[in-house]
Amino acid sequence: MPIELHRIDDRLIHGQVVVGWGQPLELRFLVLVDDEVAASEWEQELYRMGVPSDMRVDFVSVAQAVERYAAFAADSKPGMLLTGDIDTMARLCAALPALRRVNLGGVHHRAGRTQKLRYIFLTSAEEAELRAMAATGVEISAQDVPAARVIPLEAVLAGEALA
Amino acid sequence: MSELTGRATALVIGHQDFAAGIVSAVTAITGRTDLFRTMSNYGLDTRATEAMVRDAIADGVTVIFSDLPAGSTTMAARRAQQDNPGVTVVTGVSLPVLLDYAFATGTGEDAADVAVAKGRAAMMVTRSSARAD
Repeated sequence: MPIELHRIDDRLIHGQVVVGWGQPLELRFLVLVDDEVAASEWEQELYRMGVPSDMRVDFVSVAQAVERYAAFAADSKPGMLLTGDIDTMARLCAALPALRRVNLGGVHHRAGRTQKLRYIFLTSAEEAELRAMAATGVEISAQDVPAARVIPLEAVLAGEALA
Repeated sequence: MSELTGRATALVIGHQDFAAGIVSAVTAITGRTDLFRTMSNYGLDTRATEAMVRDAIADGVTVIFSDLPAGSTTMAARRAQQDNPGVTVVTGVSLPVLLDYAFATGTGEDAADVAVAKGRAAMMVTRSSARAD
């Protein structure tokens, strides 16, 4: 599968993505799905600054991601699709039956969120949204970097890995 | 009295304990504890990191050293810099860079330029060579 990882990470493009995953998976493109970033040249320039020259970045809105997903998936090179929040990934999964596996890579502390893992904090609404995605057949697990343990959604929500 | 008196403290920001670690090395070498303040992005999303950087700028920080060009720390610093044009951001910081900055006598911005040049020059690869005898 050319899109090796569909990742939710509120830091979007950063060290774990570019280096941590980018090098072992030999990623050659990133699809950053974010309506706000897709509309801002300045934000795009900011994210491009940290990406190696041999890695392409496509900045797309949710609607554009849905429209172009088949082309991304048909790319001969390995890539990663990124969203900055759970809701954006849920919208993609609802529109794209082919998107059946999601990586929780980083949802950090914010008021109203409860810690589930070292790098995952969720509101009750976000928990419900993840359960709803899983109920449609999407396989969701947490793993911040390739060397880390893969933690299934139920274990994440139960806070088992915090113990 | 130190020539550095009066220069605003610089901020070192990085992943996990990077900033505290590298600044502790600067302190061990220079004996100075007043040159850098440190910040980690541990457990923070980009917005929270940016808010902390903005607080530091409001406190008078004009030079920010970050660890990784692609890191969320650098993204946060660049965002904060957008509204604060007097702020200089240096990415890919190393110990030689901070040491040079620590001993520099120019303004923060000039000192950052010089420190980066010194940091680049400090990077080298050495290999053992066979003895001729």
